Amino acid sequence: MPQTIIRAERVEKYYAQPSENRIQVIAPTDLSVCEGEILALLGPSGSGKSTLLRMLTGLSAPSAGQVFWHDKPIAMCEPNVSIVFQSFALFPWLTVLENVEAPLKARGMNDAEQRTRGLKILDAVGLDGFQTAYPKELSGGMRQRVGFARALVVEPEVLFMDEPFSALDVLTAENLRSELLELWQKKTMPTKAIFLVTHNIEEAVLLADRIVVLGRNPGVVRTDFKVALAHPRDRKSEPFTQLVDYIYKVLTQPGERPPALPSGPVNRPAAEARPAHYQELPHARPGGIAGLLELLIDHQGKDDIYRLADDLAFEIDDLLPIVDAAQLLGFATVNEGDAEITPAGAAYANSEILRQKELFRKAAVDNVLLLRQIVRAIDAKSDGSVPEEFFHDLLDEQFTEEVTLRQLETAISWGRYAELFDFDASRHRFIRPERLHSDGIEETGPQVEDPDAETEE
Amino acid sequence: MNPLHRVVNYERGPDTLASSRVLRRTWPVVMDLCVGAIGLAIFYAIVRIGMLWAGPASEQMVVSLSPRALPLYAFYSIVRIFMAYVLSLVFAVSYGYLAAYNTHAESFMIAALDILQSIPVLSFLPPVMLAMVALFPTRHFGVELGAILLLFTGAVWNMAFSFYSSLKSIPRELREAAEINRFSPLQRLVQLELPYAAIGLVWNSVMSVAGAWFTLMACEMFHFGSKDFRLPGLGSYLQTAADQNDGRAIAWGLVSMIAIIVAIDQVIWRPLILWSDKFKFEQVESSKRMSSPILHLLTNSKALAAIARRTTEPFNEAIYIKLARWRKQHIAQLATHPETHTSSAGRVLPWVLALAGCIATLYAAEHAIALVRPVTRVQYLELLRGAAATFLRVNLSLVLAAAWTIPVGVAIGSRPRLARLAQPLAQIAASVPATALFPVLLLALIKLGGGMGLGSIALMLLGTQWYILFNVIAGAMAIPTDLKEVATIFRFSRIERWKTVILPGIFPFLITGMVTASGGAWNASIFAEYFTLKGRTLTTLGLGEQINAATANGEFPIILLGTILISLMVVTTNRLLWRRLYRLAETRYKLEG
Repeated sequence: MPQTIIRAERVEKYYAQPSENRIQVIAPTDLSVCEGEILALLGPSGSGKSTLLRMLTGLSAPSAGQVFWHDKPIAMCEPNVSIVFQSFALFPWLTVLENVEAPLKARGMNDAEQRTRGLKILDAVGLDGFQTAYPKELSGGMRQRVGFARALVVEPEVLFMDEPFSALDVLTAENLRSELLELWQKKTMPTKAIFLVTHNIEEAVLLADRIVVLGRNPGVVRTDFKVALAHPRDRKSEPFTQLVDYIYKVLTQPGERPPALPSGPVNRPAAEARPAHYQELPHARPGGIAGLLELLIDHQGKDDIYRLADDLAFEIDDLLPIVDAAQLLGFATVNEGDAEITPAGAAYANSEILRQKELFRKAAVDNVLLLRQIVRAIDAKSDGSVPEEFFHDLLDEQFTEEVTLRQLETAISWGRYAELFDFDASRHRFIRPERLHSDGIEETGPQVEDPDAETEE
Repeated sequence: MNPLHRVVNYERGPDTLASSRVLRRTWPVVMDLCVGAIGLAIFYAIVRIGMLWAGPASEQMVVSLSPRALPLYAFYSIVRIFMAYVLSLVFAVSYGYLAAYNTHAESFMIAALDILQSIPVLSFLPPVMLAMVALFPTRHFGVELGAILLLFTGAVWNMAFSFYSSLKSIPRELREAAEINRFSPLQRLVQLELPYAAIGLVWNSVMSVAGAWFTLMACEMFHFGSKDFRLPGLGSYLQTAADQNDGRAIAWGLVSMIAIIVAIDQVIWRPLILWSDKFKFEQVESSKRMSSPILHLLTNSKALAAIARRTTEPFNEAIYIKLARWRKQHIAQLATHPETHTSSAGRVLPWVLALAGCIATLYAAEHAIALVRPVTRVQYLELLRGAAATFLRVNLSLVLAAAWTIPVGVAIGSRPRLARLAQPLAQIAASVPATALFPVLLLALIKLGGGMGLGSIALMLLGTQWYILFNVIAGAMAIPTDLKEVATIFRFSRIERWKTVILPGIFPFLITGMVTASGGAWNASIFAEYFTLKGRTLTTLGLGEQINAATANGEFPIILLGTILISLMVVTTNRLLWRRLYRLAETRYKLEG
């Protein structure tokens, strides 16, 4: 039974609002990091994976729950961990060697020994000869190597990595991934476990022995399973693609129990069904949605989301919002990891520009709560203008500031495209649009059809 | 590196020009009132001291006009600047550090900084000197202290703000790297915080020292008929030379002034700026490389490296080993006794201090109001008249300056080769303190038959037009060529070109320049409205004149009121006008997205 090094017990992260509301970033979660495994924490942006990483390393304290390091509360000990950062986090004014020596200096090692250890680890990551270079002279891949060297020079028990390869180009990332695996398998480092946070599904399946998938809003573990594939893993092999497909299924079916694993070991019980949420507007542009629908038509109206992602070389964060938006507008449905276009979606994709706007307008007003609210508010005022701040405060109750701003941005872009309203950027107000053309089907002014009200003609 | 970055470092954004920074604060009105009350209290303290000790007759100081005395005088002036600068730097770093890491004190400290930054230092010159002289019967020391105090007050706030804002903008991942690697506060300061703040501190130091020269020259020249507060230095030399109409001495004085400014620029600032390039956070190597022989000397000197190896390095090592050991002990203790960190004394003390401060403030504020009570309504009206006059004068000089610098600046900025020639010249012109030239200028004006009215505006112009000039040059250079090409292709008329491309393009830079210029003009008004030359006192109506006159007559209530009024006007104009314009510049007129 492998030993548990770090254990998180019902950890939560929330921000209390002055109005008694809570913005829950991470729902009560249990997670353990065990010896001898590479654990990948996978999830779309906003699922709180970086926050979870910071709670597990002791960098930030959970709002509730406890984290244990070797069964001692983490706040009372100094866990032997280090972090490799997405943006490398190197000090630009220190040389490579000085950057690597800095943690040793903090631990009170003498200068001579710092130098020996630093040079040794630089050699291990392949940067021999670069010790007097400054980070700005190095390429991205080399900078991340310095990041690795700095993290490994202290011989951490658990190595944490926060999206370490996402700032690198594809080939360099590939290269570094295989070097990381090599270092791990040859046991050249005394590290007992690796904790990798990523939003790249293929990377997780390629590297990890165990994958934990986080859902978003709030962050909660959707599934936690072991990957039994042997190294080296082949991206094109059947078991590999099955696992990737499975993960897409899990991610595109929020609110339901995750489907069964394709094969292999038992997965841990999934989280309880989440309560219904205030609708969140996915961050996607009308152009992107149209593009996705056209692609689906091209693929005979239905395709595997996994395959779509592969075709477009998109990652979860790029594709899922568009898929979510298309689903929200009723232009596509998602079932078991497959996206299928609906008749409304087909009509939208095949129409010309003005008709497209009209269909989009109808779909947006019918399905998107925020847009409906904005249009109603504009109609209710005699001067036809509403301050943005009103909706900002409304959303602020449910979402973090960043998500609120993003939703407003998306709402403005959709509203302008659909000619539902206009936005005066200098005064920060939503205003009634000026109709430049009449299309004989709708009259001037946006028509807000209340889905609950009886239709009258 | 583009020397224009000295004034407008538009790559780094507004945090190098701390005096024009727009701050978002909580509870602005309450904070300002608190700070205002405390300012009142402190000022009252100063005046009270002066009142108590006013009276001892001071000897006239003799200034030798021989060229051989010049190096000594120059040396005195430089030493004063240096001492004030070192004091300001240490205080600024401490203040910024405290404000950044102490959430309770932060909003208050930044509110205070905001106001203190805008207050014209020279307006305090008469009362501070009076107080200092009264405090220290040994006249010389008192006046020196007063001068250094004033220099310090002028120099410290923008550096404090620069350090504070650098600390606040350190990227989260760098902080986390320092934290996860167990950096002690010392290591964090030396390896993360100071380097990150270095560039901002260097630029702000350049600005602070330039402002310090301006103030110092004024301090050194300061005298009323009977009371002589002059200090031996370049300023008093120039003033005496003008007073005695000694053309040769004037020439010597001017030449050495310019020589010193240029020398400081080459020997100190240029190597510092080049060295601080090392701390640039953007990860791209800059293509332009300029060299400084002095920097080269210092970095490649084997002797220096050997000294460092023998002394500082082992010392550093010992400190860090000790700090690591303390940390381990602390953690071990924490594991066994998990109790709260702060002792009871540590928690009570800040509140006690705050309470004491409040009581002192209220006491002083009450007495200040009592002091001001005897001022009659007529006197109030006089003061308001003076304030209006100075206000008009300041804005007139701004308009005049803008009127010539905008066309000239745009013309220079559009021709890169011309810009390269003009920049170093403008640089030097800006660094020469206008106050040093003032006596000479007045002399010339009197000969031509002009009066103080003209002279005051001329002084304000001299001191401030350069800021506007090279900001406009920087702005003109920053207008993207494709915007200019659009104007050419669509055959914009000259007016349209200016209205649609040029003026909006330079707007942010123009505002930055105008804000600095406005502050400088208010600052100069004390000096520019009341001057004694050849035994005659030349004056023109204004607040500065009234404060000076009140000091000459020992009318303390007027001094207090006048200084408050001037500070209020500057702060209000900043708040109401410049802030709005600056916000507009940052949103609507910003070039990048």
